[in-house]
Amino acid sequence: MAKQLGRDQQGITLRGSADIVAEFFSYGINSILYQRGIYPPETFTRVQKYGLTLLVTTDSELKNYLNNVVEQMKEWMYKCIVQRLVVVISSIENNEVLERWQFDIECDKTAKDESAPREKSQKAIQDEIRSVIRQITATVTFLPLLETACAFDLLIYTDKDLAVPEKWEESGPQFIANSEEVRLRSFTTTIHKVNSMVAYK
Amino acid sequence: MAQFVFEADLHGLLKLDTPIPNAPPARWQRKAKESGAPGPSPAAGLSPMKPVNRSHSFSKTPSRTPGKSGSKIQSTPTKAGGDRYIPNRSTMQMEMANFLLTKENDPAEESPTKKEQQKAWAVNLNGFDIEEAKILRLTGKPQNAPEGYQNNLKVLYSQKVTPGSSRKNGRYIPSMPDRILDAPEIRNDYYLNLIDWSSQNFLAVALDNSVYLWNHASGEIIQLLQMEHPDDYVSSVSWIKEGNYLAVGTSNAEVQLWDIQHQKRLRNMTSHSSRVGSLSWNSYILSSGARTGHIHHHDVRVAEHHVATLAGHTQEVCGLKWSLDGRYLASGGNDNLVNIWPCTQGDSGHFAPLQTFTQHQGAVKAVAWCPWQSNVLATGGGTSDRHIRIWNVCSGTCLSIVDAHSQVCSILWSTNYKEFISGHGFAQNQLVIWKYPTMAKVTELRGHTARVLNLTMSPDGATVASAAADETLRLWRCFELDPIKKKEKEKANSAKSSIIHQGIR
Repeated sequence: MAKQLGRDQQGITLRGSADIVAEFFSYGINSILYQRGIYPPETFTRVQKYGLTLLVTTDSELKNYLNNVVEQMKEWMYKCIVQRLVVVISSIENNEVLERWQFDIECDKTAKDESAPREKSQKAIQDEIRSVIRQITATVTFLPLLETACAFDLLIYTDKDLAVPEKWEESGPQFIANSEEVRLRSFTTTIHKVNSMVAYK
Repeated sequence: MAQFVFEADLHGLLKLDTPIPNAPPARWQRKAKESGAPGPSPAAGLSPMKPVNRSHSFSKTPSRTPGKSGSKIQSTPTKAGGDRYIPNRSTMQMEMANFLLTKENDPAEESPTKKEQQKAWAVNLNGFDIEEAKILRLTGKPQNAPEGYQNNLKVLYSQKVTPGSSRKNGRYIPSMPDRILDAPEIRNDYYLNLIDWSSQNFLAVALDNSVYLWNHASGEIIQLLQMEHPDDYVSSVSWIKEGNYLAVGTSNAEVQLWDIQHQKRLRNMTSHSSRVGSLSWNSYILSSGARTGHIHHHDVRVAEHHVATLAGHTQEVCGLKWSLDGRYLASGGNDNLVNIWPCTQGDSGHFAPLQTFTQHQGAVKAVAWCPWQSNVLATGGGTSDRHIRIWNVCSGTCLSIVDAHSQVCSILWSTNYKEFISGHGFAQNQLVIWKYPTMAKVTELRGHTARVLNLTMSPDGATVASAAADETLRLWRCFELDPIKKKEKEKANSAKSSIIHQGIR
């Protein structure tokens, strides 16, 4: 009888990799919103994920918005046409960009749906993701206080010839002039590699 | 007189200041129509000289252009901003507008080398060829929080000193420290444990590369040791229960054991590969936590001192405490985890944590066991967390949680009053006394001008010493027992011992 592979030992497929990275973005963005105080902390609830206690929002409108973006990201990552996800935090009064979280995605284009799953244990990926999320939480110790009320926006860098789907529109990069930058840890699923960094005034 | 009429007509035709017949209505006329006042009909060419028929007062000033006379006295429109174009900045997308407007300005023809250079720059700055990328965002204005929400962190960090509560807290706690000692060169590092108070009433303080002992009773100061290498420093100190030996952890990964009476080093135990930031005794077992995240057990009686390794943390172990009955070891690390270890190995031969608590969002350095309730542990989180949690380590549940609004560096329990005290950092650098289990704030002790780093308690439980980054040690007499109660306690203690003596005949 063939030995059943335990969940930890199953290889990483292209779809699986896109799922993992999209899930990371969902929890990562929630962490950023909680730690930077964009939304009131009472609207967040604790869940267990990656062996950590993470905070996710209970606001239905926000959840919808995030789900839309993350689902779309998943599709694009599966086709390997997305290059970067950016969380822009700007002041509501004057639209000045105060903080910019940039997640670069390197996709291994040789991985196709039919190719054999890659060897990397779920646990190793989880450990790497855990480090990045913990780093995001720890950034509150050095990032400057966000004095004014802030809004956030999500930008996705895709390939040039992608047809813009309904509900999406083109945008500028929203860089910060004269910013301080801090590189955070990266993680890889062997098919997708995610580098993180934060830029602030 | 007919020639004058003809001349007047000619002049009228040439003057060009009469309203144009059949022209689209002027903006102000449109607005006037909206606001309900009857405006001049556009095709009023037949009577250009007639003043405009208005419901309100006429303008008395003679005007050369009667058609426009009404505009001066036009009423303000009822709809706010209906006439003036006031843009709503937050819904406008200036970035995109600017981008779309100016991108056409770039000259189409460029020399090939210049194009290459630009491309190279773009790749350099963006990490990839930006010409190949499109930036998309979901339509609609950026998400933001409901109105009236003030960023929580701002409220937290601009906290002013709150006036004391009017309710009497039941006992007098002096708001000034009993004594202030100078602690020059103390290392301002959150992750170290630089003070400890022995049962023989000696306060050990690590100041950079030396350790000093302060005799509380006599006030005498002794320098116990100084590191040989100037770049090394002492990272932790811990007294054995009896108070005659002091364990010292160093930045060069050594754990030294010193005899106080003879002021000599007895042992130098090396087993770690990075600095030893935390120490805890359990009779003859000394546990040490290092920057690598490993905890080593040392049996100080034997030559092969390294008897066990506990690997449960991936970053520096900054909080380490054995429970008072010696059954559990609690460890807190920079990886935001709290692990509870048993005193004996499991079946597999190595140690595995009985519990792991992941709820803290910051480094856990404050770890303290409750002296009167078994299996109850208090933990406090660093800057990213700021909460104090009380746990039952057997069931693994969090019994209480309280937001301290500031980095928690240390927690100490007090048997005298069933309370615990916590030390904090930015912004008030205060010590807070909490009532257990109600978690009500009893009082706050202020005075330190920089963040509190460590707390330790005197052997009689009446005084708490706090070391802070402002290079001072303050001794607070906050848990002093009432003299009457003290006498009762002493009587009870002595009575107990005499019964034992009577029993053994």
